Amino acid sequence: MSYFSNIFNGIKTLLTGMSITGKYFLNSRKGAITQQYPDNRDTLKMFDRFRGEVIMPHDENNEHACTGCQKCEIACPNGTIEIIWDRGIDEHTGKNKKKIDKFVYHLSMCTMCGLCIDVCPTDAIKWGQNFENSVYDRTALTRVLNKPDSKLRAGVED
Amino acid sequence: MQISLNITETIQECLVSMMSESAAGYIAMVIIALIYLGIFSVAGLFLVLLERRVAAWFQLRIGPNRVGFQGLLQTMADALKLVSKELTGTDRADKFLYNLAPYFVIISALMALGLIPFTKEFQAFDINIGIFFLIAVSSIGVIGILLGGWASNNKFALIGAMRSGVQTISYELSVGLSLLTMILLTGSLQLSEIVELQKSGWLIVQGHIPAIIAFMIYMIAGTAETNRAPFDMVEAESELGAGFHTEYSGMKFAYFFLAEFINMFLIAAIATTVFFGAWLSPFGITESIPWLGVLWFLVKTLLLVFLMMWFRWTFPRLRVDQLLTLEWKYLLPINLVNIVVMAFIVWQNLIILI
Ligand code: SF4
Ligand code: SF4
Repeated sequence: MSYFSNIFNGIKTLLTGMSITGKYFLNSRKGAITQQYPDNRDTLKMFDRFRGEVIMPHDENNEHACTGCQKCEIACPNGTIEIIWDRGIDEHTGKNKKKIDKFVYHLSMCTMCGLCIDVCPTDAIKWGQNFENSVYDRTALTRVLNKPDSKLRAGVED
Repeated sequence: MQISLNITETIQECLVSMMSESAAGYIAMVIIALIYLGIFSVAGLFLVLLERRVAAWFQLRIGPNRVGFQGLLQTMADALKLVSKELTGTDRADKFLYNLAPYFVIISALMALGLIPFTKEFQAFDINIGIFFLIAVSSIGVIGILLGGWASNNKFALIGAMRSGVQTISYELSVGLSLLTMILLTGSLQLSEIVELQKSGWLIVQGHIPAIIAFMIYMIAGTAETNRAPFDMVEAESELGAGFHTEYSGMKFAYFFLAEFINMFLIAAIATTVFFGAWLSPFGITESIPWLGVLWFLVKTLLLVFLMMWFRWTFPRLRVDQLLTLEWKYLLPINLVNIVVMAFIVWQNLIILI
């Protein structure tokens, strides 16, 4: 007897499936997920969790939060980050302290794993939303993330 | 407006005035073949485009919409690209069979088209064994697939071809038997007569329950016949590369591709002819304008094609054992019982006539 119930079950489940795809078909013009990319370049918003590249945000006084602790450099599985550091007198405290000279980031080697961002104790680096990363010369993929003459923001180490 | 669409006779008459009867006959055939070739290779390309757009809509995408207005020229451009591509082949392939295979597939698909009655007159070849001829010719295609898979000297292609053999031999039965059920009603294999009979109600209405069951079986088996998803184990991208046409490139690949779509059109066209009254308009609303028949025919056929696309983008692929279970344990017994029921209905004259 299960023979016939199999047939009816089969037909029923097939129709269920078809009704679902049918609904999608009818609604596709309203909610297509495709982005017509170069056309909507001005309005295109990437998603919050999108990982485009690693950036270091600077505030209006050209100050960042990177203390030069090199934790990100150690955490990075493929040597994408190179921190060139120096020692200098800190103007707030007057102590001789380690600080970054250049935060070098090789976008060409980055796998967007996010370990560097997770590990940073001061949240100095973040995910950027830029996805148009292609360049004609690969040296352009090696970036210095701290801006020239930028300083460590006061108080991040406390 | 009275345009004579009886192409065979019109062309022949035109030629007879110029040369002898027999020569005119041959030349008329060649001309008609060329016309069909032209129309259907272009129509096949548009079917590919339609499939891609419909697939996109099912998947909440947009689909090709850049080349030409709304992407209308997309597949033309693709075909152009394929034509200009290099023809590659495998080392130690059986060159002769390898090159022959695509022509089997495409020619058998095109040959069957000649029988389809687009209107009363627009039918190139109306023989008295129409349905039989259609079933026979559309099965030749599988030889091409088997040859292609065998001759490619590639294990994926061979597996794909063997699966195609299993599938087509099994489902051919269901296609044949479900059409036979309808033949019980019509009492004729000739397509023009089958259409004529439907002036008093489409066969799916005339034959009611058994006809609807036959139609369902026909659509399932027909989808399997064309090797489309959910029965696309022959190609099964995820397991076999591209199945029997793995090793084909350029134009020869295009032949296989086009043949798949022409076959799909064909299956839908046969269903239209046998179940839905071919070019007859519903309730005879446009009976006074015979050339509108083409439109009705295309509308019905495209609706059925859409149904097949709907299947394809809804159902996952079957395993080989499931495929054979479906055919031998379900479709075939149901079909046989269905034929008996239909015979009973015809005998007791329980047909619904409008
Ligand atoms: S995201 Fe991963 S790979 Fe890229 S810089 Fe950070 S740790 Fe290195
Ligand atoms: S970015 Fe963060 S982890 Fe890396 S050196 Fe600067 S403070 Fe340390």
